[in-house]
Amino acid sequence: MSDFLGFIRSDGLVGIRNHVLVLPTVSCANGTVDLIRKILPEVTSVFHSHGCGRAGKDLEIHMRTLVNIGKNPNVAAVVVVGLGCEVIKADWIASGISASGKPVEIVEIQKEGGSRSTAEKAVEICKSFLESVEKHQREPASFAEVLLGLECGGSDAFSGITANPAVGLVSDWLVSKGGTVILTENTEMIGTSHILKRRAINPEVACKVESVIVEAEERTKNVLGPMASIVIAPGNMDGGMTTIQEKSLGCITKAGSTQILEVVDYGMSPTEKGLIIMDGPGYDTESMAGLAAGGAQVILFTTGRGTPAGFPCVPVIKIASNSNTYKAMEDDIDINAGVMLEGESLQCVSEMIINKLVAVLNGEKTRSEYNSLDGVLCLYTSLPSF
Amino acid sequence: MNDTAGIKALLIHPRDNVAVALEDVSPGAQVPLSDGRVVTAKTEIPQAHKIALKRIDSGGAVVKYGEIIGFAKLVIEEGEWVHTHNLSYEE
Repeated sequence: MSDFLGFIRSDGLVGIRNHVLVLPTVSCANGTVDLIRKILPEVTSVFHSHGCGRAGKDLEIHMRTLVNIGKNPNVAAVVVVGLGCEVIKADWIASGISASGKPVEIVEIQKEGGSRSTAEKAVEICKSFLESVEKHQREPASFAEVLLGLECGGSDAFSGITANPAVGLVSDWLVSKGGTVILTENTEMIGTSHILKRRAINPEVACKVESVIVEAEERTKNVLGPMASIVIAPGNMDGGMTTIQEKSLGCITKAGSTQILEVVDYGMSPTEKGLIIMDGPGYDTESMAGLAAGGAQVILFTTGRGTPAGFPCVPVIKIASNSNTYKAMEDDIDINAGVMLEGESLQCVSEMIINKLVAVLNGEKTRSEYNSLDGVLCLYTSLPSF
Repeated sequence: MNDTAGIKALLIHPRDNVAVALEDVSPGAQVPLSDGRVVTAKTEIPQAHKIALKRIDSGGAVVKYGEIIGFAKLVIEEGEWVHTHNLSYEE
């Protein structure tokens, strides 16, 4: 079926970009990654914000997130840059990624004799990867192959009435075409477990939905104590939000109205096609890393105040909730849902988003891609480092 | 910016009994809704705040996004501003 043209990978997943990714296993390798990208700007490089000093659950989260970002279908080939003595080994990451069948190579700074010689070796590998991925052709693919990640950041009083409901219609549209939508940001589901539970496909999924939200509520109370009410802040109230249920409904409306088929952990790929909940944090850049690792090829990101944040190997379509923010940050924002406040219909705005989404699936660059393809990888972390 | 121009409050879900004011509304003003209805504002409604579309009894559910966002703390009249003074989630 030809809904759009994408890059069909050997594991059957469909990419909408063809990145050669330079992926460090630890922040100590960032300098070498920087050398590589300066010599060869065509690569897509990420910088690590952590790496060593992780243990327990975090070790597992970081490993699977790095591996799964490498497996993201927008990535055609990967060069893993390790230091050598880090906790999360380059060869673990590389072997995890290679399970997808895509080309993966490792360079290790301690083994290659320092930053420069490592970068030189990596550049040679990247050149040959770039040469081979240039031969990849886009082929007909179906919307059923699309995993759409949802994100909101810098929300304002209009996010929940313009941009988010419009994205909700897009989510319903994609699910109706057989595609997958991932709603994450557990902190923004607080107070809505009774509503989301009802939308679960079966009691088991309902139970998982509830525990994700209850845990988010408990974490908020444990960390913030009496300040937990900050999740509905005075600024939210001035903006017209009265209850936490109202605020959260404004966030989860991005996911539309279909049944929730599955709940996955941060950075995990869904096994079902349809609406999925990922148990991830509210913070934008960490949340997008989880979505990218979950296999999202594209992200719809609504914003009230405006944010330039993108993601290195995943196009992020930015949607402003109001015209002032759109006009002030046109370089960073793709769509203005604020026209709804000037009389445009919800339906019409959602169609604008669908048209943009399809264009981006076919290769049109988003504002965040024009601005920068590289970036720092912020991974969700639940425990202290040591 | 066509037949929908002129609307002053957005109805998010057909089941809702409140709408969201798109601009500051004064008492007595006619408020055309996005679904074609018109309500008369009884109080001031600040931009992005909620206006009641019909009378809500004390203890009655306030519905936005098609879901209960809280319960009326006292009787809310049609056209009244709905916020923390007359709405909370305590059942």
